Amino acid sequence: MPRGHVTWLTPATYERHLCDRPTPTRPAVSGGTLVATPWPQRVVGNYRDPVSETIAMHMSDGLLNAPTSLLFVVVAVVGVGIALAKARGDLDDKTAPMAGLVAAFVFATQMLNFPVLPGVSGHLLGGALAAILVGPWVGALCVTIVLVLQALLFADGGVTALGANVTNMALIGTATGYLVAMALRGLARRGKGGIAAVAFVSALVNTVVASCGFVLEYAIGGQGGVSLGTVAAAIVGVHVLIGIGEGLITAATVTAVSSIRPDLVYLLRRTTPQNLELRA
Amino acid sequence: MKRFFIGFAIVSLVLAGFVSYFANSNPDGLDHVTEVHGIAEHAKDSPLSGSLFADYAVGGDDRFTGVAGVLGVVATLALAGGLFWLLRKRSPQGK
Repeated sequence: MPRGHVTWLTPATYERHLCDRPTPTRPAVSGGTLVATPWPQRVVGNYRDPVSETIAMHMSDGLLNAPTSLLFVVVAVVGVGIALAKARGDLDDKTAPMAGLVAAFVFATQMLNFPVLPGVSGHLLGGALAAILVGPWVGALCVTIVLVLQALLFADGGVTALGANVTNMALIGTATGYLVAMALRGLARRGKGGIAAVAFVSALVNTVVASCGFVLEYAIGGQGGVSLGTVAAAIVGVHVLIGIGEGLITAATVTAVSSIRPDLVYLLRRTTPQNLELRA
Repeated sequence: MKRFFIGFAIVSLVLAGFVSYFANSNPDGLDHVTEVHGIAEHAKDSPLSGSLFADYAVGGDDRFTGVAGVLGVVATLALAGGLFWLLRKRSPQGK
């Protein structure tokens, strides 16, 4: 998400926030407009390093070493290739436009960071949401397309890190969300409360397990030499909180779609025709 | 059917184009953890960080986050919708 603080600074705010830095010379100002400044104009996050700190909500480049980044590019390409091959069976004249809209909705919702702790936010990953609405294969493709566009069009998430980001959010997240939702499918058929509960739980688990993907990647080739236990505890802990937000958004969305157009909900659709066949 | 699809698209456009201004601007969980533990010091700028719509802004001006959001929704819909439409099983009557 637009992790804010990308601000045009006046000299006063610059000094207020960066008082430990050399005082800059006054900028050329014409008609109240900041024309040029001798210091960096883009300030990010907690003002730690206004020059180079990356704004990203996904993994940036450089957190993993090159071989590990490459390994997960290969994992992502294989996984997405399988999803491409399998997706056709779930796409028809009605579900294809629905799937395009689900991808657009995941993009939009990923922009909406919500607070989880003081100074920390979270956002939807979308794997469980997509899997419940359009199935695991098409769902994985939806999240993949969102991540690729974010990296290439909005510089959100690294480029060499794209393999790891796709592996975590599109492959691990979607698969986990789908498996949990399928395991609870019986509950999903018991009205609105049932499907809301299934959506909440599968989204929560999806977020936590997807975050474990980062821990795995860090274990294989992470930079910085932080102990794995520390990373795992911190990452999983915060993603339980983010998962609650993801669960609420997913439950609200799936409940809304299923009350208007239950035939467009993959999880419900997959069960209904089989039941009808059994009864017929 | 059409009405639902149009409504779904409008919801996404409103979320990305308007609600996005109210998003929390703190680092997300992953960024926070990597920053606190010093992992983020190894982070490199995306090679595309200088591009026009980088960071969901337009030319670095985040007053246009909504514009970037709408563009992203349209681009996602076009790319995903186009791919899925091409991949779909054709209905038997050929239409």
